[in-house]
Amino acid sequence: MTANYNAEPLLKVENLKQHFKVSNNYTVKAVEGVSFEIYPGETYGLVGESGSGKSTIGRSVIRLYNPTDGKITFNDTDITGHLSRSDKTMLRTQMQMIFQDPMSSLNPRKKVEDIIGEGLDIHHTYSSKAERDKKIKEILAKVGLAPEHASRYPHQFSGGQRQRVGIARALIMNPKLIIADECISALDVSIQAQVVNLMKDIQAETGAAYLFIAHDLSMVKYISDRIGVLHLGHLLETGTTEEIFSNPIHPYTKSLLSAIPEPNPVVEKNRVALTYDYKTSGINYNEGTEHLVGGTHYVKCTDAEFEKWSK
Amino acid sequence: MADVILNVKNLDISFKTSAGMVHAIRGIDFDLERGETVAIVGESGSGKSVTMKAAMGILAKNAVVNSGQIDFTYTNEDGELGTVDILEKDKKWLRKHINGKRIAMVFQDPMTSLDPTMNIGKQLVEGILLHTKLSKDLAYMKAVSLLKEVGIEDAEKRMKQYPHQLSGGMRQRVVIAIALSCDPNLLICDEPTTALDVTIQAKIIELIKKVQKERGISVIYITHDLGVVAKVADYVNVMYAGKIIEKGLTNEVFYDPKHPYTWGLLSAMPDLETDDDRLYTIPGSPPNLLHEVKGDAFSPRNRFALEIDDIEEPPMFQITKNHFAATWLLDPRAPKVEMPTELRERLDRMKKEASKYDSEL
Repeated sequence: MTANYNAEPLLKVENLKQHFKVSNNYTVKAVEGVSFEIYPGETYGLVGESGSGKSTIGRSVIRLYNPTDGKITFNDTDITGHLSRSDKTMLRTQMQMIFQDPMSSLNPRKKVEDIIGEGLDIHHTYSSKAERDKKIKEILAKVGLAPEHASRYPHQFSGGQRQRVGIARALIMNPKLIIADECISALDVSIQAQVVNLMKDIQAETGAAYLFIAHDLSMVKYISDRIGVLHLGHLLETGTTEEIFSNPIHPYTKSLLSAIPEPNPVVEKNRVALTYDYKTSGINYNEGTEHLVGGTHYVKCTDAEFEKWSK
Repeated sequence: MADVILNVKNLDISFKTSAGMVHAIRGIDFDLERGETVAIVGESGSGKSVTMKAAMGILAKNAVVNSGQIDFTYTNEDGELGTVDILEKDKKWLRKHINGKRIAMVFQDPMTSLDPTMNIGKQLVEGILLHTKLSKDLAYMKAVSLLKEVGIEDAEKRMKQYPHQLSGGMRQRVVIAIALSCDPNLLICDEPTTALDVTIQAKIIELIKKVQKERGISVIYITHDLGVVAKVADYVNVMYAGKIIEKGLTNEVFYDPKHPYTWGLLSAMPDLETDDDRLYTIPGSPPNLLHEVKGDAFSPRNRFALEIDDIEEPPMFQITKNHFAATWLLDPRAPKVEMPTELRERLDRMKKEASKYDSEL
């Protein structure tokens, strides 16, 4: 693992709240006070079911939304409130995003070279057409596509190849942090493995950090150094992959882990997944505070719950 | 073979496209017994969905059936056991007698398979009124009890709601309730949980298993998730490029796979126990079926490929009573090739874990 934990955190999210006002008397509280850090070169996995707020966090961090409350520090710069021109340029180049559906996130009327080169065009980071072409070809080679693919359109590619284009587009600005929002869930199992391997190779080469958002725990385990478990906008448990998988504390984390199907027929047929229902569990996330389990392993709960669970 | 309800023989289907004929299904045989669960596994484009659409008689207009037979055995209105060849019947007859009534299907995405402009109740009652002689009131009562059966609380209230008011898992439960509404003999689930979260996936699978047990119906699962297959299936068919390349009891295929493609599929699954730095991937991509495949379709991606693989297509070799695989490696003349050691180790570990539950392994 290439993560550098001695350095200052690359991204620091403190008590992030993201509310959406639906009407005068109804507000959706998508994210309720989430704090975490990402170190340079590290992969942080955010897991949770749909509606848990994991995509919202990704979008707030890259400032597609204006956070309701809290502080986001990226690259030693506060990026929460109004952004100055230079901060905006820094944010838009140093942080990039890969989206879930490679078909709907690529402009069908643009050639691949123009999709990938758009960031270069906006930020004027080349001096001649030849340099632009050279940069695009290099990136294409890096994600395992051929130079002749540059003049094709997105519909001429298969799903896995399209996601490679999405990765190339994120990589061309040489970002320090890439937010991968469910970037493999639309792909076939064998293609998922190819894309995950590619992302790992790229990280080893460029030292970029990933915020990996997914609901597939087996893949998250595979790629992440640390994991955060989200439910209903609360970060319930966070720690290294090892800590979360070998010693889950929160009942929700336990139920998530027990739901992963294993390719082992006899074991699988005899296993019953744990069920977890927030309404009947008697747990109130709003009352919970952070408790240290050990190392970097934190769980959000009340004192009484912590005592009960960590026995 | 008394209780076989679906028997597919030598099915061969092409699609007419502007680029030429695409040979999507290249000779498939399988059968399904009453109460049994069969899984069809394969990558996208391997022909698993097309096979099931053929069984329902809902193939696209540009499909050409070159050969084959799909015999479906069911009890008709008069209570007699009859067998029909689905491929010989016209769409209108199938609509009236088979689709929804005898064979029902659960699709991948519950948002697109439900009608957004109709409330849940209406969508449930619609099928019941069409296929049975129940009165409106009785049909309504049946719909409510179906919703309860699939684990939806406040069924009466839900009947008036629209699909967008329900969560993804809830919607898929409604789809299952609709599929069950006419008491089918066969339920086909086409990637029923791919669009859902892991926790909800587990619940939906439990639900399908429960319903199957209570009603004694047969289920066909189409999926690419081997974890799901392990959980539900009695029998597995692995498809590649329009052919079944390995089939057998679930335990045989998972603990003792014989085809290199099955090896690849199992190796590519992320394993919760190992900490390898890289995931195994099957190199290359599936063949374009627009062009005729010569020899074994998997041979360009197969690192165990023999010379014969490029010349002649391998036949099905029988390994045990139920276990078959189509690879030349099983030919007595072939050199002895073992599966990759990493996979062998992983399977041994799996078997060890499984022996806690079943001492025979």
